[in-house]
Amino acid sequence: MKQLCHHLAFPWFGMDIGGTLVKLVYFEPKDITAEEEQEEVENLKSIRRYLTSNTAYGKTGIRDVHLELQDLTLCGRKGNLHFIRFPTHDLPAFLQMGRDKHFSSLHTTLCATGGGAYKFESDFRMMADLELHKLDELDCLIRGVLYLDSVMSSGPSECYYFENPADPDHCVQKPCTLENPYPLLLVNIGSGVSILAVYSEDNYKRVTGTSLGGGTFLGLCCLLTGCSTFEEALEMASQGESTRVDKLVRDIYGGDYERFGLPGWAVASSFGNMMSKEKRESVSKEDLARATLVTITNNIGSITRMCALNENIETVLFVGNFLRVNTLSMKLLAYAMDYWSKGQLKALFLRHEGYFGAVGALLELLHPS
Amino acid sequence: MAECGRVDSNTSHTMDKSITLPPDEIFRNLENAKRFAIDIGGSLTKLAYYSTVQHKVAKVRSFDHTAKEAAGDKLYEISMQEEVTARLHFIKFENAYIETCLDFIKDHLVNTETKVIKATGGGAHKFKELIERKLGLKVDKEDEMTCLIKGCNFVLRNIPHEAFVYAKHADSEFRFQTTNPDIFPYLLVNIGSGVSIVKVESEDKFERIGGSSIGGGTFWGLGALLTKTKRFDELLQLASKGQHASVDMLVKDIYGGSYGYLGLTGDLIASSFGKSATADKEFSKEDMAKSLLHMISNDIGQLACLYAKLHNLSRVYFGGFFIRGHPVTMHTITYSINFFTKGEVQALFLRHEGYLGAIGAFLKGAEEDNPNQYSWGENYAGSSGLMSVSPDMNPMQRARSGTFDMLEMDRLERQLVNLPLLQDPSSYIPDTVDLTEDAPAREYWLYCFEEALDGVVKRAVASQPDMPEAALRAEKFRQKYRHKLQTLRQQPFAYGSLTVRSLLDTREHCLNEFNFPDPYSKIKQRENDIALKYYQKAVKSLDELSWEEKQFALVRGVLAGNVFDWGAKAVSDVLESDPEFGFEEAKRQLEERPWLVDSYDQWLERLKGPPHKCALFFVDNSGVDIILGVMPFVRELLSRGTEVVLASNSGPALNDVTNGELQILTERIAAMDPVIEAGLREDRLLLVQSGSSSPCLDLSRLDKVLAMVVRERQTDLVIIEGMGRAIHTNYYAMLSCESLKMAVIKNSWLADRLGGKLFSVVFKYEVPVGKPNKDCGAFSPC
Repeated sequence: MKQLCHHLAFPWFGMDIGGTLVKLVYFEPKDITAEEEQEEVENLKSIRRYLTSNTAYGKTGIRDVHLELQDLTLCGRKGNLHFIRFPTHDLPAFLQMGRDKHFSSLHTTLCATGGGAYKFESDFRMMADLELHKLDELDCLIRGVLYLDSVMSSGPSECYYFENPADPDHCVQKPCTLENPYPLLLVNIGSGVSILAVYSEDNYKRVTGTSLGGGTFLGLCCLLTGCSTFEEALEMASQGESTRVDKLVRDIYGGDYERFGLPGWAVASSFGNMMSKEKRESVSKEDLARATLVTITNNIGSITRMCALNENIETVLFVGNFLRVNTLSMKLLAYAMDYWSKGQLKALFLRHEGYFGAVGALLELLHPS
Repeated sequence: MAECGRVDSNTSHTMDKSITLPPDEIFRNLENAKRFAIDIGGSLTKLAYYSTVQHKVAKVRSFDHTAKEAAGDKLYEISMQEEVTARLHFIKFENAYIETCLDFIKDHLVNTETKVIKATGGGAHKFKELIERKLGLKVDKEDEMTCLIKGCNFVLRNIPHEAFVYAKHADSEFRFQTTNPDIFPYLLVNIGSGVSIVKVESEDKFERIGGSSIGGGTFWGLGALLTKTKRFDELLQLASKGQHASVDMLVKDIYGGSYGYLGLTGDLIASSFGKSATADKEFSKEDMAKSLLHMISNDIGQLACLYAKLHNLSRVYFGGFFIRGHPVTMHTITYSINFFTKGEVQALFLRHEGYLGAIGAFLKGAEEDNPNQYSWGENYAGSSGLMSVSPDMNPMQRARSGTFDMLEMDRLERQLVNLPLLQDPSSYIPDTVDLTEDAPAREYWLYCFEEALDGVVKRAVASQPDMPEAALRAEKFRQKYRHKLQTLRQQPFAYGSLTVRSLLDTREHCLNEFNFPDPYSKIKQRENDIALKYYQKAVKSLDELSWEEKQFALVRGVLAGNVFDWGAKAVSDVLESDPEFGFEEAKRQLEERPWLVDSYDQWLERLKGPPHKCALFFVDNSGVDIILGVMPFVRELLSRGTEVVLASNSGPALNDVTNGELQILTERIAAMDPVIEAGLREDRLLLVQSGSSSPCLDLSRLDKVLAMVVRERQTDLVIIEGMGRAIHTNYYAMLSCESLKMAVIKNSWLADRLGGKLFSVVFKYEVPVGKPNKDCGAFSPC
């Protein structure tokens, strides 16, 4: 199998065009022979140089250097895998760049997944003279997840979990592997959320999804606080206090609601305190951002937990860009899974959070299924 | 979770002490009120109390005929007696009126044996001191969820058409569910400020299996932040005008179209508020409110479905202030449930959802009275009906009666149960036509009842010649019933499915309300007297016929007798103008065979076979109908060796014969007729009451004693007579034994509908499918 793609022409890209972000993975060959170097067209060289020598592209493109996988062997070639992202609304600028750099002259197949592969297919054709090879996003997602977890790399472990999720002082990240992962509940939190039950590499189903996802967090935060980026929203959230915004069980019952085993600290009504004018006037933007984050995260947690129960699955893997630099949500999810299932459910996370679809697309280029 | 505990000071009106409460309209029967309960929510207070109502009832008492009393020809005397019945009152009003209402209660409460008031709801705590001070009652707090479930069980068990599904774009938005005698298990999703999901397995066993913090409080709180709109109702108003697609990221915004591979359509929301993060623009309040409403409704619906699936429950009721009669939220929740279960589970709502907590708290306090051992019935005269205070549904109504909504339930004298012979009690629908869904039929019948109102008023006044204020009361009755008809024209769903039966029952309730318990008592008396004189002659002429001629004559007799009916306008016109309209004349009016529905041949063949073990006969009118039509028919059944159970109304309705009257009549006939006499003596002829006071018949709400007799006697034939019982209701009723439905259509519109004409005959003899008469083949080719 690996041999089949040996002669596949560079560049090797995988692309995932989501509702909010475009995720791009790029394989940079490091074993280029002198002969190859000679033959390499100038366009290709220029693209490689542009991508690998910068960590930011234009105003909004970013290369996640810390995620880079070095000395990777793909299709018999050694190289580094780069992870790049930019907002979907800047796709026209990306296409313009592709046109400027005469990307189409390379006669490469551009494997793309995510909704944008469909939505922008004609834009790729019109603006950059590129034909997309469109791939299903869930197929790519699963392929990417399984690949990155299995790949041998010198960096930190791909998969991890939180030890002592109930104790904030001793809650620490611990590495692990996805050995015997099936059945697995895969929760992908992007703009929206998809929940998949995975039984084997090629046997999975989409259980459900929810529209309350990362896009909702950012959208509401922008409206409530006037912020404009995910990082800004998260930063605010880290400084706020959601209990000023939410109505807790103890706000209603004075303590625990023992009749139903509800602890006093549990949220009874998200944003429930905001029914009162005085309280609306006394909360800070940071409090609102925190409450938004907690509301969205806990909701994903409870839907996930119900799916796990209905599907009879005990391992839950959370991925997606909502979790990027968002330890707050990850710890909340880890805690929610553990607390409400009385230790039955285990929450796992992956370092490459939102890039699995793009990786899956790249793999499809190399090893068409 | 709990309904929101604290009231936003900006959302409540200032205490309005200037309103004056009309005592005979709102807190009724306070004089004898006891056992108070109160449920104070975030914006509405629900007060419950038990009271006794005195009203007049017509009683019949037989004259002692052996002593030849100076009573002329009369069989029996009619007297008006006072009777005390129990009634539950529930009143819902805005928290702003609470002080006024407590003062009002204090001033009108005569009976002071009550010491405590049961209280529930988030606001019970806040108003505890006020209640104790104003009423001098000790506030006794009850767990909110327990009250809610108790209340829910109570309404599901006692109020037919309590639950409905909501379909915004259907011909009738409210589709009421038939009452399944087995109400458990079910899921109650209570959407207050948070959401509680409760699984109810039996009267006392329930469990909160889950919940969510994203509920009504989230809509309200987040909505207030986003739109600067403070009131919950206004937020819903905004939402109903908005376009969520400008705020939400839809599947088509990501895919350009649908995500065909997963079958996700393009209009599906991929990310709620997903567009407000990327676009540098202002969003309208309406659009944001709409997006928020969708987000919350979808989320609740999804969780409810996940819990329903996990616990394998298919009945899911939604309540709480988020739902409470708001078409907007009922629609979005319904949509969500449909989406997530692919139509397998229907979202159910309750007509009296707002009262559940108050009902439950009341029941907790009344446990020693054992309210659950009785059957209760919704009093249409005293209840406001669904959406009575909904401003967008009925602005006029709101202006007229303030924001007070009422529910009254009468304790029924008899416990009501299913007829054991119903083929499938869970799918039995008494009514033949649902006027909520059938607009032309609704138009016609509402018009018909309005047209008949003058006559009913006249009749009511005439029934009480010795009472000078009768005219005034009758006028009040007219106003009340006309108002009900107007309400039903606007909101045909107000009391569940609108049917001819409910229109008739509402009229009876209104008549009772104004102390006209039996406007037809005198007419019935006169007609019974006259008909009885012809009994022997009628029987004699029947006995002269050959067997086969006789069977036909008996059936014709029942049918002709059934033409005598003051309830039917076409007939009452004739009866009023031509008192000589006799039995023979009626027979001549009858349609010739073949009748509109005619299975007489099968019936005759059946009669050639072995006798039935026991026949249950639901009788109709007084006078000629019962005496010259039904009794000879019964006599023949008895002669064949069939036991007969005559089921008649417990209370009066139109000129239908009541059980009291039938007792006297039967005794008198027995004195003339040895067959009837022997039947009574040998206990082969029984007179039982149906438990009903309606001109129609609901076979799912019958006297428990009747059900017992039916079972004990191994009843194998049910005969239902008359338009009200066999056509307006039960025309399609499937029984597990043989049945015979006989009626003359005395309404030209209905006749037209059924493809017949005035005085067309329905003679419907049915043998249940799968239960063929084993003996049948042996003697007849049926």
